[in-house]
Amino acid sequence: MILERLLVLSFVVFSIGLFGVLARRHVIAILLSLELMFNAVNLAILSVAWAHGWLTGVILVLFGIAITVAEVAVGLSLFLLAERIRKTTRADDLSMLKG
Amino acid sequence: MSDAIFWILALSLGVCALGVVLSRNLYRAAYWLAGALVTTAVFYLALTAPLLAAVQILLYTGGVLTLVVYALVITAQTDDILRWRRPVPALVLAILVLAVLVSFVESGDGAVAVGGLDDGRAAGVSLFSRYVVPFELLSILLLGAIFGALVIARKEGNEP
Repeated sequence: MILERLLVLSFVVFSIGLFGVLARRHVIAILLSLELMFNAVNLAILSVAWAHGWLTGVILVLFGIAITVAEVAVGLSLFLLAERIRKTTRADDLSMLKG
Repeated sequence: MSDAIFWILALSLGVCALGVVLSRNLYRAAYWLAGALVTTAVFYLALTAPLLAAVQILLYTGGVLTLVVYALVITAQTDDILRWRRPVPALVLAILVLAVLVSFVESGDGAVAVGGLDDGRAAGVSLFSRYVVPFELLSILLLGAIFGALVIARKEGNEP
């Protein structure tokens, strides 16, 4: 019962983050929504691990958090570089890779 | 975890998540994200994983929020002026994904064991015995990410 509620909660947070990723324009806003999605996935993993007494889930979430932090560092530096070169903060304007 | 604690935490997490997505000022969005991350850390505490709660607050809330706020400080535009880009299809897609995910939950049999993880001790021991190689690889990854971020964000032209 409590596991189902936890899973539904994390899915709701995941969907809110998905909406933010799809509908926001500012690059940092998209990044923040992406963090929300990662966080929801971590919560879901830990809920299942908790319900089954699965200790490896803790290690998995730990590695997930650390990798997310590395990804945020690289993503923000890419954003700063794009802002300096293209003078924009909007994801729509960063379309130089489009053929 | 009792019902009252669950509902209080769930309401708090939902409000913080909506605040991240809906607030126009990006500083506010970042602080709402901090609220969501701290609420998740309280969830980890309630799910008997105190090690994860500590890592969540130290690394995630501390590290990521510091990075994001610092990037916002040196960004010219921190308000999302034209905020939405096609919000209706995004909303429909998000609701569809939510429905699919929730249908997975309902198809389970619902028979769950007692629940409970160890305290931080067992997780820490297995992190430094069985999973020590991935742990060290992770430190190499973090080092590479730091160097990569430095190289990418460096100003062109003034070589050290």
